[in-house]
Amino acid sequence: MVPVFAVLAVVLGIAGLYVGFFVAPTDFQQGESYRIIFIHVPAAWMSMFIYMVMAFWAGVGLTFNTRLSSMMARALAPTGALMTFLALWTGALWGKPTWGTWWVWDARLTSELILLFLYIGYMSLAAAIDDVRRADKAAAVFALVGVVNVPIIYYSVQWWNTLHQGASVSLTRAPSMAQSMLLGMLLMALAFWMYSIAVSLMRVRAIIMERERASAWAQELA
Amino acid sequence: MNGGAWQAIRAVAWRDILVAMRGRADVLTTVIFFAIVVSLFPLGVGADPGILQTIGPGVVWVAALLASMLALGRLFAGDFEDGTLEQLVLAGEPLAMLVLAKVTAHWLATGLPLVILSPLLGVQFGLTGDALWVMMWSLAIGTPVLSLLGAIGAALTLGVRGAGALTALLVLPLYVPVLIFGAGAVSAAAQNMQISAHLSLLGAMMFTAVALAPWAIASAVRIALE
Repeated sequence: MVPVFAVLAVVLGIAGLYVGFFVAPTDFQQGESYRIIFIHVPAAWMSMFIYMVMAFWAGVGLTFNTRLSSMMARALAPTGALMTFLALWTGALWGKPTWGTWWVWDARLTSELILLFLYIGYMSLAAAIDDVRRADKAAAVFALVGVVNVPIIYYSVQWWNTLHQGASVSLTRAPSMAQSMLLGMLLMALAFWMYSIAVSLMRVRAIIMERERASAWAQELA
Repeated sequence: MNGGAWQAIRAVAWRDILVAMRGRADVLTTVIFFAIVVSLFPLGVGADPGILQTIGPGVVWVAALLASMLALGRLFAGDFEDGTLEQLVLAGEPLAMLVLAKVTAHWLATGLPLVILSPLLGVQFGLTGDALWVMMWSLAIGTPVLSLLGAIGAALTLGVRGAGALTALLVLPLYVPVLIFGAGAVSAAAQNMQISAHLSLLGAMMFTAVALAPWAIASAVRIALE
């Protein structure tokens, strides 16, 4: 399944970038600089969503003691960290021309930064414990404790009056942007989805091979 | 919960308090660390009263946070090495309650001294009157949360290479909300603004942590002993 998702990621990514750069109109207030939204918003969505999925698999692994779900959680973490980093990085690039500063200590930025630290903590805890089963479980407990942060990020723009603008897209009301902008963003979001799925599946495959290297079927494949 | 469980909880808490009392140097290290870190700031940023008053609440809170993190190493490590922790897991009483007892004792030995000392350090930063009281209150509500969250990190890193630094990496991001509202309450009080929202949120965090953290700590301890 990896090639399917990888191809989809590339195709959707190209389509999304095309719409983003050539079809979508220039923003009335922010000029051309708003175009980074096509990377920023999908990355930010994925950073939170991957954490939820990771915590879900970690929880499943912890309660039912299934090995594959723990491996899935481990495989998702680096992609999630990458997405969080991307969201912060593109946010800084976007903030400079529009807010006049790379960084402000507002609630959404700070909580997204904490999310990055949580990903890093998860990965370093898992890496520090030699016994893989114990590493899986310990990291899973930590992932579940960290889940508290995700709703805080998501609602931070509503709870506090921050510099970060509110959500431009929601399921309940009409989006406050042009059709072609929305199309570009959704294409890019889908591309990010496909990329994340492809990369995580590839990584989980590597983890399985690494752990099962002693078994007969793994040696046959290798 | 039956009477036996209560007895076990009291025994665990009392034993940990006694251990802390006998090893007074350990407890004092935390407190003195707190005092020294706070005192370094005026030397570092200069002794301008205006600046000190603004940064005072944050500095005292950050120092309290670091001091309580520094003390985490002793929470489970000793019991883990000599097998006491294994006995607690095997005891048959609810482990979540037993670790809650341990965390309570740990807070009494390391968190409470910070709360008591904090007004004195606040005076160093030119905080007065109400702000000092609010600082004590916010620390009194906030430091138990720090101990509870920290205990999760301490239990997860039991017997792991480089446990100290790893605990910091795990625990400090989780401390952030406590720091924001704790220091926020003191700053608000120093500017004669409403403090009840900050303190209410801190209180909510404390009750949530008391209710949920023991389960996470208990499962972390079980994982460490497997």
